Amino acid sequence: MATAPIDAPAAGLPADWRDFWALTKPRVMTLVVFTGLCGLLIAPGHIHPVLAFTAILCIAMGAGAAAALNQWYEADLDAKMKRTRNRPLPAGRMERQAALHFGVGLGAFSVVLMGLAVNLLAAAILTVSILFYVLIYTVWLKRRTPQNIVIGGAAGAFPALIGWAAVTGRVDLLPVLLFLLVFLWTPPHFWALSLFVNSDYAAAGVPMMSVVAGTRATRLQAFLYTLPMVAVAILPWPLGLAGPIYGVAAAVLNAIFLMLAIRVGFSREEDPALMKAERRLFAYSILYLFASFGVLVVDRLWFA
Amino acid sequence: MAQPDPTPADDEAIRKRQRSRSIVTALILFALVVLFYAISIAKML
Repeated sequence: MATAPIDAPAAGLPADWRDFWALTKPRVMTLVVFTGLCGLLIAPGHIHPVLAFTAILCIAMGAGAAAALNQWYEADLDAKMKRTRNRPLPAGRMERQAALHFGVGLGAFSVVLMGLAVNLLAAAILTVSILFYVLIYTVWLKRRTPQNIVIGGAAGAFPALIGWAAVTGRVDLLPVLLFLLVFLWTPPHFWALSLFVNSDYAAAGVPMMSVVAGTRATRLQAFLYTLPMVAVAILPWPLGLAGPIYGVAAAVLNAIFLMLAIRVGFSREEDPALMKAERRLFAYSILYLFASFGVLVVDRLWFA
Repeated sequence: MAQPDPTPADDEAIRKRQRSRSIVTALILFALVVLFYAISIAKML
């Protein structure tokens, strides 16, 4: 299928506001906002609800800015993949320059607002998370190494730290464990996806693990990353940072994750249409992260 | 290469797009005014 040139919106039509909204990857933002909110809710201390709302808004805007800059830089890749070719830039509904200005403006605004309204540490971590996603993941790693999403996963792990820092003005062990949890969760989550959309990444020339090392190595590594992820997820309970509600829920959630990861690890299916284990792990991994963070909030509020 | 002159239908589509963008921008600016006011009050407490 031919795609419109990425620099030429149809008939000089200005981009629709919905295209700017799409540029922020709202679905990804949901998870970022949720983990940021959980980081904020589990933190000891008090924050005014207006400032808490502002902190979450800034996290959302920062994530949206990073997503816009990612799409600005990757418009050529997105045009080659079925999953992404209808995004505003590859579909020709927006000029690249508009996406760049939108991303830089939104990112700068989110950081300044966080610094002025909440605190400087939260603003500093937000800055690092935006720059990490755009410069380290998008520009540097994504097209160069199959470990792209491993290191890039750190970008998605920052919101819990930011939420915690917004309340306390410091970084402690629990938010660091949550950072590590999201960081270690990213490889099995993304590699499960990449296994059944392998042809899409291969067509775009993205060196995903499944493209470069093959499905067998990808399956094995997805399973291996699950092991430290499970350890980190359980750790808050024995360390006394969470109560039994979290401990029991984490044990169940992680046992299911491990079981699904083992199935993926030992699967030999090569046809993406028949990769049920990989689809299950991918779908469950999203539920897992929401549930783990949600239960931790319930636990911390219950035993507060 | 010069672009062809926009037809009345193109003009109408462009105006409609501009109008909807202006409305959304106005709503966002209004929301920010309210937010900044609320932040100012919260920081004083």
